[in-house]
Amino acid sequence: MSAPAGSPRPAASARIPPRLGGAGASGAAAPAGPGPAPPQQNGPAQNQMQFPSGYGLHPQNYIAPSGHYAQGPGKMTSLPLDSQRGDYYSGLYTVPTQNVVTPNTAGQQPGAQQMYGRVLPAPHMAGSALGSFPGATSSASHVHMSASVNHHNSPAVGAANSSVASQGFPSTCGHYAMSTVSNAAYPRVSYSSPPAGDPYGQQMFTSQNAPPVRPIRDNSFSGQNTAISHPSPLPPPPPQQYHQEQSLSGYSTLSWSASGLPSTQDNLLRNHTGSLATANNNPTSPVADSLSSSVMQNVQPPVSSPVVSTVLSGASSARTPAAACHPAEPAASVTQPSELFQQKGMQYGDYVNNQASSAPTPLSSTSDDEEEEEEDEEAGVDSSSTTSSASPGPNSYDALEGGSYPDMLSSSASSPAPDPAPESDPTSAPAPAAPQPSKVAKPFGYGYPALQPGYQNAAAPPGSGPPSASPVYSGFQQYAQQYPGLNQLSSGLGGLSLQSAPQPESLRPVNLTQDRNVLPVTPVWAPVPNLNLDLRKLNCSPDSFRCTLTSIPQTQALLNKAKLPLGLLLHPFRDLTQLPVITSNTIVRCRSCRTYINPFVSFIDQRRWKCNLCYRVNDVPEEFMYNPLTRSYGEPHKRPEVQNSTVEFIASSDYMLRPPQPAVYLFVLDVSHNAVEAGYLTILCQSLLENLDKLPGDSRTRIGFLTFDSTIHFYDLQEGLSQPQMLIVSEIDDVFLPTPDSLLVNLHESKELIKDLLNALPTMFTNTRETHSALGPALQAAFKLMSPTGGRVSVFQTQLPSLGAGLLQSREDPNQRSSTKVVQHLGPATDFYKKLALDCSGQQTAVDLFLLSSQYSDLASLACMSKYSAGCIYYYPSFHCTHNPSQAEKLQKDLRRYLTRKIGFEAVMRIRCTKGLSMHTFHGNFFVRSTDLLSLANINPDAGFAVQLSIEESLTDTSLVCFQTALLYTSSKGERRIRVHTLCLPVVSSLADVYAGVDVQAAICLLANMAVDRSVSSSLSDARDALVNAVVDSLSAYGSTISNLQHSALIAPSSLKLFPLYVLALLKQKAFRTGTSTRLDDRVYAMCQIKCQPLVHLMKMIHPNLYRIDRLTDEGAIHVNDRVVPQPPLQKLSAEKLTREGAFLMDCGSVFYIWIGKSCDNNFIEDVLGCPNFASIPQKMTHLPELDTLSSERARSFITWLRDNRPLSPVLHVVKDESPAKTEFFQHLIEDRTEAAFSYYEFLLHIQQQICK
Amino acid sequence: MHQNYGFRLFKVDHNSRHAAPRRRGRRAPVSWDQGLSGRVGVRQPVLRKKRRRRRRRRRRMEVVVFVFSLLDCCALIFLSVYFIITLSDLECDYINARSCCSKLNKWVIPELIGHAIVTVLMLISLHWFIFLLNLPVATWNIYRFIMVPSGNMGVFDPTEIHNRGQLKSHMKEAMIKLGFHLLCFFMYLYSMILALIND
Repeated sequence: MSAPAGSPRPAASARIPPRLGGAGASGAAAPAGPGPAPPQQNGPAQNQMQFPSGYGLHPQNYIAPSGHYAQGPGKMTSLPLDSQRGDYYSGLYTVPTQNVVTPNTAGQQPGAQQMYGRVLPAPHMAGSALGSFPGATSSASHVHMSASVNHHNSPAVGAANSSVASQGFPSTCGHYAMSTVSNAAYPRVSYSSPPAGDPYGQQMFTSQNAPPVRPIRDNSFSGQNTAISHPSPLPPPPPQQYHQEQSLSGYSTLSWSASGLPSTQDNLLRNHTGSLATANNNPTSPVADSLSSSVMQNVQPPVSSPVVSTVLSGASSARTPAAACHPAEPAASVTQPSELFQQKGMQYGDYVNNQASSAPTPLSSTSDDEEEEEEDEEAGVDSSSTTSSASPGPNSYDALEGGSYPDMLSSSASSPAPDPAPESDPTSAPAPAAPQPSKVAKPFGYGYPALQPGYQNAAAPPGSGPPSASPVYSGFQQYAQQYPGLNQLSSGLGGLSLQSAPQPESLRPVNLTQDRNVLPVTPVWAPVPNLNLDLRKLNCSPDSFRCTLTSIPQTQALLNKAKLPLGLLLHPFRDLTQLPVITSNTIVRCRSCRTYINPFVSFIDQRRWKCNLCYRVNDVPEEFMYNPLTRSYGEPHKRPEVQNSTVEFIASSDYMLRPPQPAVYLFVLDVSHNAVEAGYLTILCQSLLENLDKLPGDSRTRIGFLTFDSTIHFYDLQEGLSQPQMLIVSEIDDVFLPTPDSLLVNLHESKELIKDLLNALPTMFTNTRETHSALGPALQAAFKLMSPTGGRVSVFQTQLPSLGAGLLQSREDPNQRSSTKVVQHLGPATDFYKKLALDCSGQQTAVDLFLLSSQYSDLASLACMSKYSAGCIYYYPSFHCTHNPSQAEKLQKDLRRYLTRKIGFEAVMRIRCTKGLSMHTFHGNFFVRSTDLLSLANINPDAGFAVQLSIEESLTDTSLVCFQTALLYTSSKGERRIRVHTLCLPVVSSLADVYAGVDVQAAICLLANMAVDRSVSSSLSDARDALVNAVVDSLSAYGSTISNLQHSALIAPSSLKLFPLYVLALLKQKAFRTGTSTRLDDRVYAMCQIKCQPLVHLMKMIHPNLYRIDRLTDEGAIHVNDRVVPQPPLQKLSAEKLTREGAFLMDCGSVFYIWIGKSCDNNFIEDVLGCPNFASIPQKMTHLPELDTLSSERARSFITWLRDNRPLSPVLHVVKDESPAKTEFFQHLIEDRTEAAFSYYEFLLHIQQQICK
Repeated sequence: MHQNYGFRLFKVDHNSRHAAPRRRGRRAPVSWDQGLSGRVGVRQPVLRKKRRRRRRRRRRMEVVVFVFSLLDCCALIFLSVYFIITLSDLECDYINARSCCSKLNKWVIPELIGHAIVTVLMLISLHWFIFLLNLPVATWNIYRFIMVPSGNMGVFDPTEIHNRGQLKSHMKEAMIKLGFHLLCFFMYLYSMILALIND
């Protein structure tokens, strides 16, 4: 404790002396102590995320100090008042340096005045401690650190400086004494830190690598744990060394921020913060009361940074290269103290303004400069303290963002006023937590435009090994530049901020009507959330978890202004190549909201963590302290749960309502005349025979068969029978099971019988004359069969069910297929299938539907059985095993995947999000059992989900929001597992930032889901209008944020430039198109796919990829499994890109088309297609021959590569330019005009017209 | 009866203006016959007696009507409360959507009928104001019931109740109905007491 206190103080003292004198210095020192806390917080958050190491010990120490605090506060407050300026400075300066120390300061304060006179060395100690800690300090703190370092260095500069320094030191000494007295632990920390500091600093200097730093720190911490370490640390290194160390530390911190190493510091910070929080609670500081702590916190980090920046500007010129390394030099600080003050005051004012504009805070109340200063100090304290204690949530967030904070400086620079806050001591801790959060959020919001520079700094430095200082500089420059813009930013006008700050690429305006090539040549990637580097690394993969807005608007009003859909797209059970699986007895979860521990929680200290969704502070269970990966104890931050945003837990029996079920598969097969004629049984039985051993499951796996026409046939496969027995039930009005036990049999025990049956099935019904289909009763029988265990029912159906319950009538009027007006019958005709699905879902049974029909089969009704039981739907229009070989092949491939893919049983999925957000509509195949719980009888790796979100409460008090999906399922091996994904996104307050963060693909997919709902509940034309309106609204809303709006042009931000194109693609999609003849079942199937496909596959379906493949080269090729895969550029989906001389491949997700131009190069035709010339290419070609030519190899490896990337192997069609099948191909050219729909350009004009209305 | 201010409008209406003419219209032949056949002097006392009897019967009928309405209204109030409780249970996750909806769907038709009966009763007993007051709610009930898509399991569909804020709108609807029924309750109560007093 003492050490940390010392460290903050030294900085404070160094500054203060010139102005106020000893007393002032002491007072300043005290505040400084708390000040550091905030930076720590920032750091800690990060640390928490990443680095759980040794910090845990600190917290305890801190707690002890808290007691001291309580005593101290009165003194503290008085002191600051006397030497307001001094305090102020110190606070500012100290804060950064002190990050680690802060808690100590509080304890010290009471005795601090006395202490001053006494011990010079103590300060040194502090300095050393700081040095050690600085590394730990968060990026935000870095700046401070540099400032403090400068001060230390400054002694050399002037006598005044030296005196100051000395004063500061004594104070620190006093702290030390205090600390030792109060807590053994405190001394420990300080001690350990000094030694650590040296190596640390050195390391930092030399290598700047984070990794080395960490171990050292950890060691130091461990040392702290041991009592012995305490005394030893006392021998403070020579003051000079300290200075060096500090400088080093500052340096290191800088480098850190740049490199993103901060983990260790973060940890330290966390601990400190936690301690601080406790301390804060204990001591009630009047100052804190006066000022709302919330403001302070937010302000602090930025403030410190601005100060530093100013210093730097002054110092940089004066200093030499060495100085350059340490951006903030002492000399500068010393000479400019008065100036600094003034600056601070000014900044403060700005800050106030900002705050006022952005959020109401106590700060605004302050009128006088002095008062402001005091307040600032207090605020700083408050903020620090509050963050830790009162408002855990905001703190943690801040901490999380900590990395960003330094960056923020530039942005925050505009809001420098907050700096005073950092000064505030921990004593002010009592300040209300609530206000802080709001402030906290602000920096982020401000930051956005400004942030980028910061980010660059942060990001770039790591890459550039050499000068750690460089990032800081850049930050400063930015700061200077941005400063004027701050007010604007604060004012919250997105447009203003846009103009004032450099625009990010995603905001670059694009004139859509003039830019003909909006489509990039490479696949569109998901935008990366504007988070700091550490969080970005930890964040969930966009393949599993995406949000339509990667920057969440602060309020619903802002969201409404942006006119963009807000929602999540999930692919939770995706096949993953790498997945940390965790086995532990206790799965750590928040006690109030049941969130699983994740990388975005903050560790207040080693024993407690704060939930990032509800902000509750939870205890870290004993077991969690042990890290199985490193086999070390006391590093909760390094546990895999906290290091990975996607993890899988093996759940204990607490997560079971019953023993895990075995894998149970039941096949319900249509064997009416129609089905036999289509011939699917052969394919199915063949696939099953091939994959019988690959069916996921264990020794308990059970399987059963059931066939039906106008009667229902069960198959007794009981072990011991010589051959399968068929049991016919003709009573379809009240179905019963002929034998309850032997219909679902163990796969391994009855394998021979099953094989016999599969071999016999295709021929058993060849002569049937039964044309009726009693699907309903068969499903009821299946339900009865499955209800004791649950499992998967696969239904194969080839026609309209015509008998018994659930019979359906043909509702399609073929003459209406191309109607442009009303498309009816998109909804189910009966609730039979829905009820059945819900019953099944209740019994953990999923129904998968394979519809292989040649005529209308009312998929809209039949699909319900899968939709609500979490099944999946496959549809093979005009299926015939010989007349339509491509469909037969597709079925075969789909079945292979279907039978062998992973499967989870009796699953539930819960989606949680940060307080303030709420989910209101879910899309996908499941049953919503309660507000946020999806009941999934089965889960398969090809299922995607979408959720719409609304913002119920303003998010001004957080800067990050998190989403967590937890999927609890029983694996096919009978294990209960939980797969958890956590996504973290920033909150922004300006419209421009919202637009900058749009994920256009996710937005389109969500819109498509919403449009499906709309067309079923209202009408198709409504849905189409809504889609067009979505574009019109969002673009016009964006247009209104641009001041120099040109009415003649259609302007979209770069992030949204594909929006109109994708919407047009949606309008031409089978699901939503009008005017083109579309069979009802095709339409409904497209809708089902939109609902349940994951984003990657859905995007291909909506907007296919077109490549030219007759000239594949190895340029830009990638290597996959020793194969060279050429990467041809993407082409626009327009006939203008097709040339008769070329061959093109269109990737539609489930289908590949290769279009061969009439005058295509004969070499290509010969080499790749194996035909001598164009005329000899067969009409129905579905394979590329394996030819031993380079171009053939390239084409095949490219197609294979495309195929490997998706679960369902697409079927390839070779389409000749003149063949009738080319209409299939051409209907996917969505940029072209069709008789019933706009071309892309016309669509743009239409939108423009609508906007101008 | 005529001095009841609150509902004077309709009371006056049906008793003296609307009701009387109608009755006259309906029974006009009889009374005219009587009037024609009897003498003028005799006619008045007879008429007075008849009128008094009729009035008394009417009042008794009125009491019965309002007592019934009151009971019916009580039932509807309880039903609304039940709806609200069940829906909020669903909101709070105490029950799942399936059971919630099957519970509520059971009561949609009774509610519809209960309310329709009161409405019709008011029409028959010529309480125009109350009838007009009830008409929109009754119409909404019927409309809602008729407009359920064929694939849905009732007014409350478990698969959709969590979508698009349906739960909230159902809740709002139940609240509004509760308020409406409470208003009606006091109206019936008042009218019933008046009818009793006048009896």
